[in-house]
Amino acid sequence: MGPLSGQGTIWLALLIAAPLAAALLSVVSGRYARPVALASIALMLSLSGILVTLVAQGPLRIAVGGWSAPLGIALAADGLSAGFVAVTAVVMGIVMLSALPQFAPRGDGETGESRAGYAFWPLAFFLWAALNAIFLSGDLFNLYVALELLTLAAIGLVAIEGKAETIAAALRYALFALFGSLAYLLGAVFLYAAYGTLDMALLAEIAEADGATIAAGALMTAGLAAKTALFPFHAWLPPAHSGAPAPASAILSGLVPKASFYIAVRLWFDVLPGAAGEIMPVVLGALGTLAIVYGSLLAMRQERLKLIVAYSTVAQIGYLFLIFPLAGGSADPQPWAAGAWTGAMFHAFSHAAAKASMFLSAGLFLHAVGHDRIDGLKGIARHMPMTAFAFALASVTLMGLPPSGGFTAKYLLLTASFAGGQEIWSAAMILGGLMAALYLFRPLGRAFSRAGEGAARPAPVSRLLQLAPLALACLSILIGIASAGPYDFLQIGRPVSAEEGLE
Amino acid sequence: MTAFLPVLILLTSLVPAIATFFLREESARLRNTFSLGGAVLKLALVGVMLVEVAGGTVYETRFAFAPGLYLLLRADALSLLFITLSAFLWLLTTIYAIAYFGTSSDLSRFFGFFSLCVAATTGLALSGTLITFFIFYEILTLSTWPLVVHKGDGASLAAGRRYLAYTMPGAAALLVAIIWLESATGPIEFTIAAPLRDLDIWSLRAIFALFIAGIGVKAALVPLHGWLPAAMAAPAPVSALLHAVAVVKAGAFGIVRIVYDVFGTTLVDELAMGLPLAILASFTILYASARALRQVDIKRRLAFSTVSQVSYIVLGTALIGPFALIGGLVHLVHQGLMKITLFFCAGIYAERAHIHRIDELDGIGPRMPWTSVCFSIGAMGMIGVPPIAGFVSKWYLGIGGLQSGQPWVIVVLGASSLLNAAYFLPLLYRMWFRSAPGATERERPREYPLGLIAPPVITAFASVATGLLAGSSLSPLAWATLIVERYYLP
Repeated sequence: MGPLSGQGTIWLALLIAAPLAAALLSVVSGRYARPVALASIALMLSLSGILVTLVAQGPLRIAVGGWSAPLGIALAADGLSAGFVAVTAVVMGIVMLSALPQFAPRGDGETGESRAGYAFWPLAFFLWAALNAIFLSGDLFNLYVALELLTLAAIGLVAIEGKAETIAAALRYALFALFGSLAYLLGAVFLYAAYGTLDMALLAEIAEADGATIAAGALMTAGLAAKTALFPFHAWLPPAHSGAPAPASAILSGLVPKASFYIAVRLWFDVLPGAAGEIMPVVLGALGTLAIVYGSLLAMRQERLKLIVAYSTVAQIGYLFLIFPLAGGSADPQPWAAGAWTGAMFHAFSHAAAKASMFLSAGLFLHAVGHDRIDGLKGIARHMPMTAFAFALASVTLMGLPPSGGFTAKYLLLTASFAGGQEIWSAAMILGGLMAALYLFRPLGRAFSRAGEGAARPAPVSRLLQLAPLALACLSILIGIASAGPYDFLQIGRPVSAEEGLE
Repeated sequence: MTAFLPVLILLTSLVPAIATFFLREESARLRNTFSLGGAVLKLALVGVMLVEVAGGTVYETRFAFAPGLYLLLRADALSLLFITLSAFLWLLTTIYAIAYFGTSSDLSRFFGFFSLCVAATTGLALSGTLITFFIFYEILTLSTWPLVVHKGDGASLAAGRRYLAYTMPGAAALLVAIIWLESATGPIEFTIAAPLRDLDIWSLRAIFALFIAGIGVKAALVPLHGWLPAAMAAPAPVSALLHAVAVVKAGAFGIVRIVYDVFGTTLVDELAMGLPLAILASFTILYASARALRQVDIKRRLAFSTVSQVSYIVLGTALIGPFALIGGLVHLVHQGLMKITLFFCAGIYAERAHIHRIDELDGIGPRMPWTSVCFSIGAMGMIGVPPIAGFVSKWYLGIGGLQSGQPWVIVVLGASSLLNAAYFLPLLYRMWFRSAPGATERERPREYPLGLIAPPVITAFASVATGLLAGSSLSPLAWATLIVERYYLP
């Protein structure tokens, strides 16, 4: 497709192969863990940058090994894929850089030989490869394989410290993920039985909206919902995400749920467009609404910062699923459907940055105070102003207040719901924003209050390390301020024009 | 350079805000240079713009976000009324705050958010579309919260929670109103008449009510006023900011925009929403004055007085008529000057003489003459004693009421003046005519430093001058008249 295909081949393959190589290399790197990690991160950032510039000129699609579908392994990249690859690269890059002192300290490598330090780098790069594979796959079976790899790496990261409670959390995660995989695979098998291919572009051409196809899609969606931690499949997420070390939590909460959500979007918008009917989008939207309310309620009741942030993820994932009633199903011909679709992607991106930032902040607070009970945060804004500020900025995004990516997302989704006569969903978003303010101003209020008499002085935290959450928080704000470019970029390769119906 | 003037004016507050956040606590000199430098530069740029806008120039700067979502900065005469006031008072409040805080802690944070507040206010005044207005409205809310909780004690945090409990739902109401309206009409610019009539009359009424509810929180319309008296826990410069420079003014300004630039007077008349709003404003004026009577804390009494006085602006807007609007708009400036004088003085009493309650004011007049004279001028102006500025506002509002066929407004104004007198005169009586309790007579509280005393002297002087010289072509009254002429004489 197009003159760029030949050129694009190598880059798409490299985006998946390079992190795999980095994962293998960091297993054997030993005391060179630090330079290996640094070089790999730099390489991945440049590769992702190249992908963005390539896709900016038009979507890419190639068949690895020269075999065309249905035999070969298809890789494809449009604006959405490249957007996810780019956000993943920036978030992974910053989070992994901030993990260097913890998992690959300078010096003779004595402390770096710890089990957690030994496991973190291979798992993280492995996870990166799996994420890119998901975003670049053009085939539902490849997606299954990549999703399995992603889950394995994620479970590994949860259990990385080997504490009893994190291993329990990891096992619970594994149980949900296993169910998710089975459901997804079953659905894929049905599709293959009916159409003889799992190539997404081919399926899009031949699939019909009959009962079997919809049942297959529903099964796959149920599996993906379990992996995304959509209510009521969320129970595994809070203990897993709050128990892991901060950099791992940042990746797990910011990026991993987005991958399975991404597959669900591909499935219903690209592979089976128009097949969703009336009921499924409403069911998904309703589950999303319940997730917003339930996750926020539980976040309000937590006394530990990492649990607040983790339950907030349960709530924020809910917004993503409003894409189905607002942009999919019978809403598809609505003038603002494209706005809603893009709004959900803005939400995914800005949440990725903001949530990663919050977990890194929480990790730094935990390091300074020794625990993460929010009562211990009293006066922390004076001691660590930069991190407190980062936490506050990330909170602005999660509350969906301007100027932030969260606001742009909320604006687009709200406008779509009003313009499409589906005001009911806007109630969920407005309520969610208010509840987010309720649970986020609790820790913020503590941070800005005066420390009690005789409170222990917090341990010092290097300013360089405090820069990481601040950079991510600024990114989540920037996505809102400079939203015109990303908006247009996301439309590259979309079947319907984004501007359609907009004056 | 003229095309960038609105952006430049915004940056004079935004850049110092961001730069200040990165300063270490010890670099007081650099911090003060940023704040004062920004404020002086801003005042100069506003001066340039005043001349140009008076001559008919309109500035516009656009910045695109997503489709249908763009930022439009646009300076018209109404924007400049608000910007000039906030720029002038920002400079004075900064001087006051530097003297007030001296060498206490967390000052980089304080001045950073303080400048950010002013930047948000400027953006809000310059907003050319509803969404731009909303964006700055929310930045204002968020940047005010750290100032309200600045002291970090239990009372401040409770005040901060209260502030959010009112402003967050208010913001939600405002956002729903904007999106509901814009989903039917497309993006709304203040200068372009939008096809509002595409919506049915009850939807329009509901949207109007949502707008007033959302913005009324900041304008402290009863029953949405509860956060303002609670916010008294904050330091004096923050009170000055809330009551005169930024927050409540943003609310009043927003209501003017909604009535005159979004709906337009004809449509508000057709919807029959003007009278209910005028009644709500009148009720606020009287109710808050009555509440003020019963307060024993000076700052709380002043806070209820603000609730009452800001509704003069809302009343002037709701009456829909040229004279009423002039009265409302000019009160935006007059109330700012007088109320900031009162809060500056209340802060000095608290800092220098540890006076917080009204019964502690006995005999303070002769002992702290500068502060007490300024306070007295502010209080008399609030009552409406000529020739201080407050009288001019009330005069125009009264005429406006008659002109709009609502003579009962005169009764409200009269009753409110009586109530104002009833809650301010006892203070003046205690200050000047009671003798101080024996022991404290000898230790005379010192009125220092200059940075603390000069700002109220200047604003008190300005309150008298704007009243005395109201007829001159450089007065706020002349500018308000210019704005109103542009609305009514196209």
